[in-house]
This record gives sequence, C-alpha cells and structure tokens, in this order.
Amino acid sequence: MGSDADLIKSDIKAYLDKYEMKELLRFVAVGSVDDGKSTLIGRLLHDTGMVYEDQLAAVKKASNIEGEEIDFSLLTDGLRAEREQGITIDVAYRFFSTDRRKFIIADTPGHVQYTRNMVTGASTANVGIILIDARLGVLQQSRRHAYIASLLGIPHLMVCVNKMDLVDYRKADFDAIVAEFAEFGKSLSFKDITFLPISALKGDNVVSNSPKTPWYDGPDVLNYLETIEITDDLNNEDFRFPVQSVLRPNLNYRGFCGQIASGSIKVGDTVLTLPSGKQSVVEGIDLLGEPIQKAVCPQSITIKLATEIDTSRGDMFVLPNNTPHVQRVIEAHLVWMSESELDSGKSYLLKHTTQTLREQVDEVSWKKDMDTLEDVPSDTLQLNDIGRVSITCTRGLFVDSYTKNRTTGSFILVDSITNNTVAAGMIIAESDDQDLEQLLKEARAGSALRPKTQVSARERFERLGQRGATIWLTGLPGSGRWALAYALERRLFDEGRTATVVDPTGSSMNGAISACKAATDAGLIAICAYTSFHKDERAKVRETVGSERTLEVFVDTDEALCRERRPNADFTGFERPEHPAVVVDLEDTHLRQATDMVLAALDAADQFKRPTR
Amino acid sequence: MTEVTRQQLTHLQQLETESIHIIREAAAEFDNPVMLYSIGKDSSVMAHLALKAFAPGKPPFPFMHVDTTWKFSEMISFREEFAKKTGVEMIVHTNQKGLKDNVTPFTYGSNEYTSIMKTDGLKQALNKHEFDCAFGGARRDEERSRAKERIFSFRDSQHQWDPKNQRPELWSNYNTRIRKGESVRVFPLSNWTELDVWLYVWRENIEIVPLYLSKKRPVVDRNGTWIMVDDDRFPLREGEVPVEKSIRFRTLGCYPLSGAVESEADTIPEVIQEMLVTTFSERQGRLIDFDEDGSMERKKREGYF
Repeated sequence: MGSDADLIKSDIKAYLDKYEMKELLRFVAVGSVDDGKSTLIGRLLHDTGMVYEDQLAAVKKASNIEGEEIDFSLLTDGLRAEREQGITIDVAYRFFSTDRRKFIIADTPGHVQYTRNMVTGASTANVGIILIDARLGVLQQSRRHAYIASLLGIPHLMVCVNKMDLVDYRKADFDAIVAEFAEFGKSLSFKDITFLPISALKGDNVVSNSPKTPWYDGPDVLNYLETIEITDDLNNEDFRFPVQSVLRPNLNYRGFCGQIASGSIKVGDTVLTLPSGKQSVVEGIDLLGEPIQKAVCPQSITIKLATEIDTSRGDMFVLPNNTPHVQRVIEAHLVWMSESELDSGKSYLLKHTTQTLREQVDEVSWKKDMDTLEDVPSDTLQLNDIGRVSITCTRGLFVDSYTKNRTTGSFILVDSITNNTVAAGMIIAESDDQDLEQLLKEARAGSALRPKTQVSARERFERLGQRGATIWLTGLPGSGRWALAYALERRLFDEGRTATVVDPTGSSMNGAISACKAATDAGLIAICAYTSFHKDERAKVRETVGSERTLEVFVDTDEALCRERRPNADFTGFERPEHPAVVVDLEDTHLRQATDMVLAALDAADQFKRPTR
Repeated sequence: MTEVTRQQLTHLQQLETESIHIIREAAAEFDNPVMLYSIGKDSSVMAHLALKAFAPGKPPFPFMHVDTTWKFSEMISFREEFAKKTGVEMIVHTNQKGLKDNVTPFTYGSNEYTSIMKTDGLKQALNKHEFDCAFGGARRDEERSRAKERIFSFRDSQHQWDPKNQRPELWSNYNTRIRKGESVRVFPLSNWTELDVWLYVWRENIEIVPLYLSKKRPVVDRNGTWIMVDDDRFPLREGEVPVEKSIRFRTLGCYPLSGAVESEADTIPEVIQEMLVTTFSERQGRLIDFDEDGSMERKKREGYF
C-alpha cells in the first residue's frame, strides 16, 4: 500500500491509470461460527486501509471488550439481527484493493443451517478461503465447506489454519492439519489447495509474513490473493452467447444483446443459433454503442448478423464446430434452499441462462450425508441438502457440464407459487457427443414431461387447506343419509372448506365412485350416499379412492322408523358396515350433531391443515 | 478448432459489463421497470450504463425523480438538462400531501422529513405508476446493511425489505418472479466502490452536478457542518450572514441536510485525491444516517432506498 499512498499524493492521474488496470478477484470466506472468519476479513480491511476513522470509532464503541484489541468482526457483521445473535446470518459483500488487485469478498455464514448462503457466495468466487481452528483440527464442518466449495466449482482453495497463537505457533500442529486435510482434498476438484498458518486476531501471516512462524515460507493471505493466477479459470474456449434481448431501435438496426458466457467471437465468424439451427455470419459487434472486431467473455455486447434470423430471448448463439449439449432430460447436483422440501409431484420453474421453463424432478439418485459426505439414498431433498437428481424439461436446454462452464452449466429452480428460489443446480452433461442433426432434433422436440398432472397433492393441500376425501354414507332407505350428505356439504362450506355432494342421479355405482375419486384427487371433500347395501360395493369405493382417503359413515337409524318413512322401499340384503368411522342414529341425533361427529372424524384423520403457530 | 483468446478484463470493464447485464436482464424480464434518478453521481453513472446498454436505441423504461422540493437548484436544472439531452422520459413525483402539510427539513426532524418526503413519496410514485421494478444506484460499500442486500432485492406489496428472508442469489442468474403488487429493486452498481464510480465518471466523461466540484458558495455553520444557503427559504438566524467558502459536496440530497466540505478540488482527479486521503466515510456528510447505529437498515426495511 505504501507505494499507492505515495502515488495518490504525488500523481493522482498516474495512480488512477494504475488502479483502472487492476484485476478483479472474488473470494468467499467460510468458517464455523467461532473460526474467526469475520475477524480475518475485518483485519484484511483494516490493514489495507479500507476502514475509515468513523467506522473504526463506531466499532470501538461497539466492541464491548476489555483491553485494547479491536473486535474486527464488527466491521463485517452488518445486520442488527446478527449483531444480536453474535453470528453472521447472511452473505455480506466487502471490497478492498491493493497495489495489484481489487477484491470482492463474499463473507458467508458457516453453520449448517445457512449452507444456502455459502452456496450463494461461492457461486461466483475465484478463490475459497476456509478457516480451521488450530486447536480443534479438521472438523466435519470444514470438510463440508470444502466439499461445497468444490461442488460450486471454485478453482482455488486457501486453507487458513487460524488461531496459531493459541497453539504457540507449533509447526507440528499445523503439519498434522495439513496432512489430514490434504488427504481429504484428493477427493475434491480444486485446481490447487494452499495451506497457511495464521492468527487473524494477532495479524500473523495475514498481510505480512510473521516472525512467529519462521518455519513457514509460503505466502501470507494477502500475498496469495494478489498473485494467484486466475485468467485461465475462465472458459475461453467454448463460445456461448445466450441472447438476452433483441435491440431494434430503427429499421436499419437489429442487434442481439447478451453477455458472452464463455469463449470469444469476432466479426466474420459464422454462428449457429439454437434452437432454430440457422447459421449466419457475424456482421458487426457493438460494445456498448462502439463497434469492435472481437469480443471475449464476460463482455456484454450486441451482435449483428448478416442475415435476418428469427431469434429471441432464451436462444443461444454458438459456433457450428463447438456446440453445447441440447437436452430435455438433465442430470444435476442440486442444493436445496427452501424450507419446503423437494416435491417431486409438482413442477418448478427452471431458469437457465436467459430461458425459463417448466421442469419436473423425476428422481433423486442420492443425497449427501453432510456428516460423512457419503451418498445415501433419498426420495427427497430438504433445506440445505445436496443431492443428485434427474430432471425433465418442457424444452431442450443448451447446456455444458458445470465443471466446464459455470454459466451454461448452472440453473436455479423457482417455486411458481411462492416465487422463491428453491434450489441451485449444477449440470452433469452426458459425455457422449451429439452430432448436429441429433442436437437440432432435440432442440426442436416438444416437451419431455410425461402427460400427467403437474400439480402435486401437497400443493393442493397448501392451497385448499384440506387433503381431499370421500365421505361415503351407508344406511337403509329412509335413514336420512342424503339429508345428512347435504347438511355436511353446507356445514363444510360454512367452515371454509371445499366440499361437494356427488349426486348419483342417472349414474351407475361405478360412475359415482369415479366422480368421487376425481373430486378427491382435486382436493375436494366428496360426499356420496349412493345405495350400497353390500360389503363388496363399499370395498370398491375404498379400493378406488384409497382407504386412507375414504371416510365411511353408517347412518344407523332405527329400521322400524326407516320402514315407517319409506314403506315401499326394498330393505332386503343390507349388510351392516363392519368398521365405519362414524356411526350415527338420526332418530336420536340432531343433524347438526351428526355433522359435528363427521367433522371430528375428518379432523382425526388429519384431513385439515393445522393452523401454523 | 476454435481459436482460443484470453483476455482478462480490467476490474472497471468487468464491473461495467456486469452492470449492463443486470440492467438488460431486468429490462427483459419485468413488465414495467423504472430507473430511479436522484441526480447524484451514482445515478449519473447508472443512467450512463443504461444508455450504453441499449445503444443505439434508448432505454426501454422511464426515469423517475422523487423531488422533495428541497433539492439544490443546480440539481433540478441538471435533471432537466439530462432529460433534454438524452431524450429519456423523466417522471418527477412529489409527495403532495407532505407539501400541503408543510413538511420541510426545518419544520420536522430529519428522520421524519425523510420518511415522509422521500420514502412515502417514493412509495406513492411506485404505486401510482404500478412499477414492478425500480433500478437504484446504491452500492454495497456505502453502508453495512447495504452490504447484505441482493442485486435483485425483493419488496413485498408494502415495499418492505425483509433482510432475514432474502432470496438466494447465485451466479448471475436472477430470479425476477413476483406477484402483482410486489416489486423488485435492482441495484446495478452493487459491486462498485465509491472510487470505481469516480474513476468511471472521469474516464467516460460523464456529466455530474457541478456541486461535486469546489467553488465559492454561500454557507452557514450548523452544528459544525457547513450548510449551503441555496435559496431564500433557508431560515437564517437573527443577524446571521452567510459566508463565502470554497466548498464542495461529497453526496447530494436536500440542501438543508447536505453537509459541505471545505475543499479546493475543482477537477475530478483532485476530488478523488481528496477522497483517498480522507479518513471519513462517505455518508458522514449525509445527516440522515447520524440518528442511530443501524438506522439505514431500519429505513430500508420500511422501503427507503
């Protein structure tokens, strides 16, 4: 910093020339709650001169600790809620620069329930920093963080063995941690892993080499961040250009806006547009209003083509000899980020580059046991779970493997009811190459979703507050079961439920049962009192609708009374239900009480959504 | 095979390209976006990026200024000039009820005044025009609670921000889904620092309000802060006469709430030079943040930018 400070005073323009040319490096710092991550970041900011006097004064005031040491973590922990809890609860972005580079830090929480925030911070990082408490060694949490960093494709990992001051800067303690972690690191996909013995609190090996660790001759934290090579981390080979929008300000100008996801393009190149398969020559490239000859990732540009091609947002330009995979069925790693677990019965929205479409998760192959990092079988994914899934889409996606391309290899899933981002996906693209013909066929193919409902039972339950059921009333002619049926419908409706009497007029027994099933599937409470004297008939109802969704009500009114009411009816062959959920005698019991009993039975069968606290 | 071209962009180019991506993405995905225009240097940079993003066309959205009627007069003329020169649509909204109730920086505390004339005014305007997306020029390096905010930041139908319940934001893949009545605030300059903004202003020759550059201006001392007497509405104390000082402003807002710094810096590199050797953070000059620690977070929850 010394030289920069002098330059600022002596020749500000020279300084600005230099500042402008600095590279940008993004890193994410993760650690367990007490690993001292915020302290490390606070110290980096402080020691690079990024903390202003007034901020420092506020922090000193808030430090609330004895002695002269400043609580550097207070510089980074911004929100009230986390100051109250004393932990970092969300990703915070910090900025500092040195003579060589400008840095963006994603400061992310390390405890398990906030994995989703770590994933957020890690998704764009060039470097991951993991802190390990020298006294505690390699905890499971550290392995978990390293695994996530690796999964999110961070190229470089820096492992800071922190709190070296508390182990008297012993080399042996450091070496043991390095050996253990390095062994584990072999299973991960970093380009390189670098270990540093530091004390964030005391400032050892943070911005300068510490005399306390003469046995260590590697870089300090800042030195590492300033020199690690990142140019080759970008995918400079495979040209991918997701079209963001079409610019047509006048009749003579038609340009396709977008940010180059990878690779490069120059005027005169022939591009292939997906999904149309049409090819055209790049006639011009505009970089924000200025014509240029050549553009590289990640520039935002506007491309003009020599011929008019019908192209819109969501399409992709590539080179004919270097194409992505086009797939309607993809395999991916998913990080689940929502409190509501993955519902394989429902369809989510998938946003991949500039296109959004419907998808369905067909299968969860496995999920990671975050304690052992082993793959274990699972039907679903819950908050902070990571698993491998198979996903089917309504259209072809233009994808690359995430390990090759962090833009065309990634997507998010959005719940179309809550609109929350529920998952982050990293694509594992098939290894076998498609020829152009196969590729275009797939690109133009219709939906690969099976023609079945895309609304899950759980979604209906969330919407209606009830699961759906069939109330089947059995009883002798004249028992009053139809009166009860209509009373139940009215009563349920008044209570805010959605119910319907299935009127059997003109339909057969089977027809009535089918109608009950359809209504129950839709989440309604179907009520039917179709004459069903025989056990077999009632068994058919349970079989068709599902016994867990069927509530049998036996209207057991005194037979003499029934005969009195319906002297001409046929009473022969009635088989009494063996295990009805509700038995009610409508001679002694008021209709209102009878409906009470049925409602209680529905409630006991867990029909209704419980009010949330 | 494909020719491989490697080229590391400078950080300023990278910030620019990312901001353009953000602006284009929001313009493509929302039905009715608006760019909030505060006439400050950050707004000027954001507007410049918007103009670039859609060149040679115009940005496909209007600009909007929430005018408290207490802005520096030079700001207002700058705004008019900007709209004329660029041909963008400029909506100006003032909280008429606040105006009628005589809510001024002199009759109300700075908190209450800001809440009524700025926050309420902004909400009124967003509701009136049914904007589903509002671009803002806030940066994450400005204040600690801003450091946590997403680039696409969801607001409920009451325009409130829930910092504990933000949508995860991964890669540059932004979730723009909302229900009717809800909205998203989009911050294309999230990852820019104050130095980046100044450097970009200089490099791109972006016009800014001259108040950022030093000049002799009439000021009075209020609690150790120089306040400029911009018009005759300023209630001078008995016998008080404004003094001429060489001053400039680090941030611009309502003139009675904007503290000036004494300075001789009348070029942008000089301003940057002063900024880099200074030891006070930017918002120190903006009186509204003084009230209490964490006040920005509270304001933002209520819908302030």
